[in-house]
Amino acid sequence: MIRFDDVSFRYAEAPGLTLEAVSLEIPEGELCVVIGETGTGKSTLLRAVNGLVPHFSGGTLAGTVTVGGRSTRQHRPRELADVVGYVGQNPLASFVTERVEDELAYTMENIGVAPAAMRRRVEDTIDLLGIQDLRTRPLRSLSGGQQQRVAIGAVLTASPRVLVLDEPTSALDPAAAEEVLNALARLVHDLGLTVLMAEHRLERVLPFADRLVLVPGAGAPLVAGPPEHIMRTATVAPPLIELGRLVGWDPLPLTVRDARRQATALRDRIAPMRHDATPAAQVERDEPAASLRGVGVLYGPVVALGAVDLEIRTGEVTVLMGRNGSGKSSLLTALAGGRKPNRGSVRVGGSDPHTMRAQELITQVGLVPQDPGLLLYGESVEDECQRADHTSRLEPGTTADTLRQVLPGVPTDRHPRDLSEGQRLALALAIVLAPVPPLLVLDEPTRGLDYPSKDRLVQILRGLADTGHAVVLATHDVELAARVADRAVVLADGEIISDGPAREVVCHSPVFAPQIAKVLAPDEWLTVGEVHEALEEIPA
Amino acid sequence: MNGVRVRRPVHPLAWWAWAACLAVAAMQTTDPNPFLLLLIGAVECFVVASCRGNDPWSRSLALFLRIGLVVIVIRVVIEILFGQRGVPGHVLFTLPHAPLPSWAASVSIGGAVTLESVLTAAVLGLQIAVILVSFGAANSLVSPYRLLRCLPAVLYEAGVAVTVALSFTPELIETISAVRQARRLRGIPTNGLRGMRGIAVPVLEGALDRSLQLATSMDARGYGRRNDSSASVRGVAVGATGGGLLLLAIGLYGVIDAGTLFGLGLPLVAAGVVLCAVGLTLGGRRMARSSYRPDRWGAQEWGILASGLAAVGSMALAHALDVEGMAVSFVPLAMPPLPFLPVAGILVAALPACIVPARRAATEALRPELEAAVA
Repeated sequence: MIRFDDVSFRYAEAPGLTLEAVSLEIPEGELCVVIGETGTGKSTLLRAVNGLVPHFSGGTLAGTVTVGGRSTRQHRPRELADVVGYVGQNPLASFVTERVEDELAYTMENIGVAPAAMRRRVEDTIDLLGIQDLRTRPLRSLSGGQQQRVAIGAVLTASPRVLVLDEPTSALDPAAAEEVLNALARLVHDLGLTVLMAEHRLERVLPFADRLVLVPGAGAPLVAGPPEHIMRTATVAPPLIELGRLVGWDPLPLTVRDARRQATALRDRIAPMRHDATPAAQVERDEPAASLRGVGVLYGPVVALGAVDLEIRTGEVTVLMGRNGSGKSSLLTALAGGRKPNRGSVRVGGSDPHTMRAQELITQVGLVPQDPGLLLYGESVEDECQRADHTSRLEPGTTADTLRQVLPGVPTDRHPRDLSEGQRLALALAIVLAPVPPLLVLDEPTRGLDYPSKDRLVQILRGLADTGHAVVLATHDVELAARVADRAVVLADGEIISDGPAREVVCHSPVFAPQIAKVLAPDEWLTVGEVHEALEEIPA
Repeated sequence: MNGVRVRRPVHPLAWWAWAACLAVAAMQTTDPNPFLLLLIGAVECFVVASCRGNDPWSRSLALFLRIGLVVIVIRVVIEILFGQRGVPGHVLFTLPHAPLPSWAASVSIGGAVTLESVLTAAVLGLQIAVILVSFGAANSLVSPYRLLRCLPAVLYEAGVAVTVALSFTPELIETISAVRQARRLRGIPTNGLRGMRGIAVPVLEGALDRSLQLATSMDARGYGRRNDSSASVRGVAVGATGGGLLLLAIGLYGVIDAGTLFGLGLPLVAAGVVLCAVGLTLGGRRMARSSYRPDRWGAQEWGILASGLAAVGSMALAHALDVEGMAVSFVPLAMPPLPFLPVAGILVAALPACIVPARRAATEALRPELEAAVA
C-alpha cells in the first residue's frame, strides 16, 4: 500500500541527510508504528507518505514514494487527499472550520463529493468514532481526546485507504488515549485501513501494532518487522519489554496479559524482597513549601477547582494526575501565582504568590509551562542564559552553569527553536532553577520526550527533591509518575479524589497503574529498576 | 413534544440584507431626524437580543455600540474645537479664538460654541453610529464562517484567507495571555513598552507556526484541488471578477453622488455586473468543490428581507413625499416632530424577533421539558 523505494531526503540548508536510502513496504490493512528517538526523522518519514515532504517542506528528495499506486513525485498532497488522511501532532492547530460537523465535511467539500454521499459519510463517521454528542459543538470547546477523534474523523470522511498519524496520544490522558487507539484498531479491523503512526509512548501502542518500523537515526538503516522481533533489540522500549528482557522471557510479552501468564514464577521469587508500604510515621517536617486552603477556581460558569486543600512538602516529588480538564493546570497556575483563585488562599513560602512582584516570585516558585518554548524568546541558548541572569539579577553565568548541571552539552550557539524537545525542556528548567526557588512546578513535561530524555528528567527531579526542593508535577505519563513520585494526588472534576504515597495510589488505580504494577499485581512493584534490585539481592 | 421543533438556522445573507436595509434607511437624508435614528438603533438591538445565538461573535454588538458612542463623542469634540462659527443661536461657552491666515479661512479654532451646532454634530455622529450598529447587528446574528460559505467558488480562496484570519484571533488572545504569564514566571514585568516588545516576539512566532500548521493541514486535506483547466482561463476568471468588482464600486460612487463621473455611474455599474458574472461562471466551472448542507432560502428568509425592505421603503417614500420631520434642522432650535410613516416602517423591521426564536433561548426553554421527559 505504501512503498518507499530507496528514498533519501535532505532539508534545505541542513548539513546531513534526514532520511537515507530508505526502502520500506507496508502492506494493506496493517497498523504500523514508527518508533525511534527524537530527531531521527520519524515525522519526516510520515510526511513523505502524502508528499508534504518535499512539496510543502522544501528540500530534496531522491527515490520514489508510492501510495495506493500514486507517486508523490507526480501528485501533490492535495491530490492525494482521497488516498491518504494525515493527522498532525496538534489537532487543534489543524482545524480549518469552527464546528465539528463542518470540519468533518471539509475534506469532502474540497474533493467534490456529491451532497447526498457527503451527508451519509458524515453520519457514518460520527457513528464509527462515537462522536454523536459532539456534532454541533465548537471545535475549541472539545477536550484533547475528543479533538483527536474529530481530527481522525475529519480525514476519514474522504474514505482514504491510508491513515497517517503523528503522535496521536502524546497529549492525552490514559483513558482518552485508549479511546483513540481503540477507534483506530476498529478502523483497521473493520475497514481494512492501513495505519501508519509515530508514537513515543510505546507502552500504549504496542498491543495494537502489527508491525514496527525502527528509525535508529545517525545514518543507520531502518529496521521493520513484527513487534516481537524488533523489540528484542530496540533502543527504545517500554517498561514491559525491559522487564521481559531482564528476566529473559521468550517469547517477549507485548501485552500485560501475556506478561502476567509468565510472571507467576518471578512474582514468587521476588516476593520476599517486597517493598513494605511506605512508613506512615514519617518525621513531621517543618513548614510546608506551599499550601492551598479551600481553593476554588472558576472559568465563567465552569468550575475548574472546587475547594481544594493541599500541602506541598519539601524534599518530595508530588505528582498530579487526572483526566484532561480535571483541574491540574488550574491548580499549578494557582500555585505559581498566575491567577487569583475565586475562593480560598494560596501560600508559597508564607505569602500569597499572586500578590508578589515578578522579581520576588521567581525566587519562591519556578513553573515550567506545558510548552517550554513560551519561556524562551532569545536568539540563541547563550543569549537566553544571559537574559535570564540579567532579569533575575544573578551573577553572570549562573544560568549557563545551571544548564550544564541539568543537561551537559547543549549547543550554546543554537537558536532555542532548533533544539530537540529534551534540550528545550532542559533550557527552560535551567532558567527557572537558576534563582534557586524552593518550589518547582512542571506542567506535563514529557510531551514529545523519548525514553532517554525521560530517564534524564527523572534523575534531575529526584536530585532536586533530595537536595530539599519541593517538586510538583502534573502528568499523564503513568510510567514517569511511577519512577519519580513520592506522593500522588489524583484530581477529578476539580476535586482531590485520592492523595497518598505514590505506590499505594497508583497501584490501586486501574487507570494510573504502570505496566510493571499491572504485571506483578497484587504485589506493589512500580518499576523495572525495583525488580532488578530485588533480583540482585536474592541470594543465588 | 408540544409542537417544539428544531429550527434550521437563518440564511446568513438574509440577516446581512436586513442589516443593510436598516443602514441604508439611516442614510436617507443629510440632516436626519434623531428620533428615527434612535428608533432604528433600538430595533436593531432588540432583534439581536432576541435572535442571536450563544457563540463568541454573538456578543460583538456591544463592541459596535461602544465604537458608535466614541464616534458621537469625537464628532462633537471636533465640532467644539474646529466647528463653523457664525451660526446664530444659544451660546453655551466661548473658547479662546486662534486667528488663522486668510488661506485657511474655512477652518477656525475656538470661538463661541452654540447649542445648535453641538446638537447638529451629535445627530450627524449618531447617524454614523447607527450605520455601525447595523454592521454590528449583522455580525452578532451571523457566524462569519457561515457567511463565507455563501461566497461564490471563484472567491473561495479569498474566503479561506479570511477564515484563517478569523480562527486566528481567539488563538492570538490565548497566546498573548500565556506568554504574559510565562514572562512573569521569568521575573520580567509585563507592563510598559519593554514588556510589549518581549511579548511580541513569542506571540508572532507562535502565530507563524500556527499558520504553517494550518496551511499544511489544508493542503493535506485537498484544499485547492481543481478540475483540469488552463492557467489562462483561471487568470481570466480572477481578473474579470476583480475588475468587475472595482467597476461596480466606482459606478456606485457615481450613482450616489450624481455630480462626479459625468453621469457614467449607471453604465459603469452595468459593466461591473456583467464582468463579475463572467468571472464567476468561468471560475465556478474550474472548481471541483461541493458544499455540505448548504443554507437554504425559505419563508423565514423572505420574511426577514421583507421587514428590512419595509423600513428602507417607508423612509424613502417619506423622503420623496417630503413628509414633515424627515429633514430636521436645529436652527432655529426646536423639538423635531415624529413622522408616522417611517416610524411604522422601522417598527416592521423588528418583526424578525417574532419570526425567528432565539436559538439559545429555545434550548434553555426546552430544558425543563426534556428533563421532565427523561424523568
